[in-house]
Amino acid sequence: MAERSFKAEVADLRKGAGETFTGEGILAITKALLENGVGYVGGYQGAPISHLMDVLADAEDLLKELDVRFEANASEAAAAAMLAASVHYPIRGAVTFKGPVGVNVASDALANLASSGVTGGALIIVGEDYGEGSSIMQERSHAFAMKSQFWLLDPRPNLPSIVKAVGDGFALSEVSNTPVMLMVRIRACHVTGQFETRDNKRPPLSVREALAKPQRNVSRIVLPPMSYAQEHDKINNRWPAAERYIREHQLNEHFGPETAPVGIVCQGGMYNGVIRALQRLGLADLYGNTQVPIYCLNVTYPLLPDEFASFCAGKEAVLVVEEGQPEFLEQAFATMMLRSGSTTRLHGKDIFPMAGEYTGQVMKDSLEAFLRQHAPTLLPAQVLAPNTEAPAIPDLSKTVPIRPPGFCTGCPERPIFAAMKLVQKELGEHQISADIGCHLFASLPPFNIGGATMGYGLGPASNAAFDGGKAGGAEKRSIAVIGDGGFWHNGLSSSFGNMAFNKSDGVAVIVDNYYSAATGGQDVMSSRAKNPTKATNNPISKALRGIGIDWVKQVDRTYDVAGMRDILREALTTDTPGPKVIVASSECMLNKQRREKPLRSAAIREGRRVEAPRFGVDEAVCTGDHACIRLSGCPSLSLKKLDDPLRDDPVASIDTSCVGCGNCGEVAEAAVLCPSFYEARVIHNPSPFERRLNGWRQGVIGWLAKRRQSRRLSFEESAA
Amino acid sequence: MSVTFPPPADAGNVIKLAILAVGGQGGGVLGGWIESLARSQGYAVQATSVAGVAQRTGATIYYLEMAPQGPVAPVFSLAPAAGDVDVMIAAEMMEAGRAILRGFVTPDRTVLIASTHRALAVSEKMVPGDGIADADEVRAAAEVAARGLVLADFEAAALKAGSVISASLFGALAGSGALPFPVEAFEAAIRSGGKGVEASLRAFSAGREAALAGNVPAPVKGLPKTPGAARGPEKLTRGWQALADRVATLPGAVRPMALAGLRKVVDFQDLAYGGAYLDRLETAARADHGTDHAFAIAAAKYLANAMAYDDVIRVADAKTRPERLDRIRAEMGGAEVMQLTEFTHPRAEEVVSLLPRALGQTIMDRPRLLGFIDRRVNKGRRLRTDRLLPFLQLHMLASMRSWRPRSLRHAEEMAHLERWFTKALDRAPRDLALATATLQARRLVKGYSDTHARGLGKFDRVMEGIALVEGRDDAADWARRLTTAALQDEEGVALDGTLQTIRSFLD
Repeated sequence: MAERSFKAEVADLRKGAGETFTGEGILAITKALLENGVGYVGGYQGAPISHLMDVLADAEDLLKELDVRFEANASEAAAAAMLAASVHYPIRGAVTFKGPVGVNVASDALANLASSGVTGGALIIVGEDYGEGSSIMQERSHAFAMKSQFWLLDPRPNLPSIVKAVGDGFALSEVSNTPVMLMVRIRACHVTGQFETRDNKRPPLSVREALAKPQRNVSRIVLPPMSYAQEHDKINNRWPAAERYIREHQLNEHFGPETAPVGIVCQGGMYNGVIRALQRLGLADLYGNTQVPIYCLNVTYPLLPDEFASFCAGKEAVLVVEEGQPEFLEQAFATMMLRSGSTTRLHGKDIFPMAGEYTGQVMKDSLEAFLRQHAPTLLPAQVLAPNTEAPAIPDLSKTVPIRPPGFCTGCPERPIFAAMKLVQKELGEHQISADIGCHLFASLPPFNIGGATMGYGLGPASNAAFDGGKAGGAEKRSIAVIGDGGFWHNGLSSSFGNMAFNKSDGVAVIVDNYYSAATGGQDVMSSRAKNPTKATNNPISKALRGIGIDWVKQVDRTYDVAGMRDILREALTTDTPGPKVIVASSECMLNKQRREKPLRSAAIREGRRVEAPRFGVDEAVCTGDHACIRLSGCPSLSLKKLDDPLRDDPVASIDTSCVGCGNCGEVAEAAVLCPSFYEARVIHNPSPFERRLNGWRQGVIGWLAKRRQSRRLSFEESAA
Repeated sequence: MSVTFPPPADAGNVIKLAILAVGGQGGGVLGGWIESLARSQGYAVQATSVAGVAQRTGATIYYLEMAPQGPVAPVFSLAPAAGDVDVMIAAEMMEAGRAILRGFVTPDRTVLIASTHRALAVSEKMVPGDGIADADEVRAAAEVAARGLVLADFEAAALKAGSVISASLFGALAGSGALPFPVEAFEAAIRSGGKGVEASLRAFSAGREAALAGNVPAPVKGLPKTPGAARGPEKLTRGWQALADRVATLPGAVRPMALAGLRKVVDFQDLAYGGAYLDRLETAARADHGTDHAFAIAAAKYLANAMAYDDVIRVADAKTRPERLDRIRAEMGGAEVMQLTEFTHPRAEEVVSLLPRALGQTIMDRPRLLGFIDRRVNKGRRLRTDRLLPFLQLHMLASMRSWRPRSLRHAEEMAHLERWFTKALDRAPRDLALATATLQARRLVKGYSDTHARGLGKFDRVMEGIALVEGRDDAADWARRLTTAALQDEEGVALDGTLQTIRSFLD
């Protein structure tokens, strides 16, 4: 389990009727699930929804009281498949993962689920990772709802709206026998706010009780002829039922005056951005009272033609505010207008940019352009004819360096890639593929290692075309890198199964850092922690042997750069046929520090002997070539400009954040760099003997050093 | 851009505050404090962030909006917009630059609170030369872009208080007066957080005081430190004085560098060696017919660096000095008991180069013999220099100083130096600027083992390139360009490109 405690958050989940919840959006959703009588919850971690999983994992007691089953699913596909419980049983279930990548993985199960239809409410909570700060490809989860015909909620990004959407989602799902996807953008997941809580509700039928009384409904099985019937059922029954519910319960909202020459149609998630732009244009107040009518789509699929038509009635033009591409909503509205012969002008991506996030600037510029075109009288004079001039601010685009994410201080993955860089210096550049996870940072400077990322657990599979390797007559082998998270997510079957079955000659390096580290340090099958509710401590190497891979080398200390390099060299040069797999294991330093730092401080306080290592650089010895940094990139290994007029280049310097992982020394040794590095290991609470021995040693050493000093010239420092 | 119109009166009460930080600086903690502060003062507040993987040392942004509690909940934005930020907190100098670059700092409204310290980006650190971005440019831009500016080293203030920068920046925010809340409310927010309260409060006060003290002016680039008086046995101080007197006869502009150089070579070897340095420098000074003495100054600098080359004796000497131990001990918090491990990796070349010139050369010429020695010598060696025997090893190695002039390495270094220095002197009469650039190319020779070999290789190629352009009016410009290019990347890609350009216009 993550080396963090979520006890405070768990306490929030216990709040009852009339209390106030204060916190993050994703946690509000978690609370709303319990208030809505959910029977089971699952998911797969990833920004921005990790928090939901982490907190529920810590809420074992509460879930037991409520008779709710929680699963940390092996993948998004496994999570989505779990919703099968709602197909035949009237039990509410919810799963969560990030979108669109998680939805990609889950799509097989989601398509089957949508075809079957559901009896109990099925909610898929997707944290949509789009726009600034996103770590994945820029796509929309929207398309999945359209292709599989399930409903898509996109609530306004404030806590009460998001919480309401959870309840609406379950009800909509049940009334239309269709799974519902609740899409929450990354900032809305992290947004803080307040809402009034209700009492948690036990599920009317728990999974425990359902297991005692199995049910099945043949019409929900995805096999012909039922699958044909299901398609018609979606269109003829489920869809109209959903439309009816959305209309009757007014899930979509209207803001602003009844009549106006223009109007704005926006996704719920865009609402705050629209209001802010209107505020800046002088057309809305702090509380969202707007002079321009807004039709806010808290449900973005299905769309309601009659609602849209009545919004357009009497308006000269409407603007669709829809982030991402392609512009599904706008296309759908265009079709509706063509069919009905509407004379209202439709704008959207002709004014807004087709690609990219709708930032504050984009939103303001686009709304202003739309209003100038169709309702210039609404705009204040200052907007129409601005009279202030922008002062010239010096251009810093050439000055400010980019700062992409990288390995943390003391990260055990750094020495693996330092070793890989050294091996490539010997044996030449290699074809290297990467996976998803922290190790992907190696593709950036200073390592520049690894190219393709084809998806989670697919690193070695994405080298399949090169599986022939030397056995296939090539001079070199390919290398694939994959993390332990990716290995257990999909890697064992899709990547290593593929390698073993096809007798790959390739090399794979599994970075085993004891956690699903990039997503927040959750446990995986091979984690070393003892977890009362999860099966941990299953070695990766054992799994590999189980599928017939015999050349497996286990490295238990990745910081041994020379050893790491030698094993890599061996894997690349050995005559052994079949896949060559290296399991490189060392604990994630971020999580290790979280666990060990408090223990260490306590030990020091209690007077126990503690060794605290830290590295340093002799600046008189360092020549400022920075070769060590090109094999490290550690945040604590930085540069310092010396006050010496004879020196041109800054020298390496290690700051106090160093955790003494040892990489600097190992790299200097293995790469034959320079003798500048030293490790200073401070001994807290030494034994009396140790103290005496040290005193004697330092006495002699000091005497020798001072004696020499006294026989030579020394110079006083002074400013010129 | 600037805001071209004021927001409507009732929307104007929103305070928009953004925090730009480097992952790991505690931007989330700072945001949390500000949020609970605003809430405690009866404000409606909303915070959001995009942490994601950028948490891992990347640039991260946190954003808050707050307004007095009204009849209904205000509608806040989830992201900062260019030209629409009231308070910008940058937890590092280049992040302040990034905030300005992204338009989050505008003269009509933004109070910019920034820490002047630097957390270098990988791209700045990895270049073989000096790739550090210019903080003065950011400072200059900040002075134009911000309505109010609070600049100080809040990282140092926090470290001094035994805390982290989030606390000192929170103090700076209190001191800036940008939020309408009393200082006690700020402190209460820290207390309600519960973790490391005392240290955080200390850092908070330090940050607040720094902000109240006003902008810390840009550090004036003072003259670098130069050696002052020499201490030691009288015979040596007298000898030093004689050399120092010779320095006094050099042109005034050359003297500080000459004195620094003299100290370096005397420290490296002995007074006689210092005399040899001055002999060469005086030759250079005589050849310098320019007005700014740039040639002589470059000679003073690079002759010293070339003569005080990096050999194992120098390393052993540097690692056994009494002041070194004191410095490390102080850096590690004055620990009483401290184990010290040195990471060394000698190769046969380093060992053989210590041998007398003729013997050393004989071995070097026999690859098999050299390989034999290498197999015995070449491995990583860790020396626990807090223990007596390993310390003695280094101590004795350092005492080989008097032997050094007879070693193979010394002969090689001196031959290399003479070739380069003579070349520069030869060029001086015709093209003094090119001669100066020739001296400056010496900057490329640095490092140990492979790094040193690569530096020498680049130096040789730069010298070849200089020879190609010699005689042209713009020769010195090209020579400088070659050196700059050689420092841009490890493999010498930029240098190759520059050489290719030179060849293309020569053909």
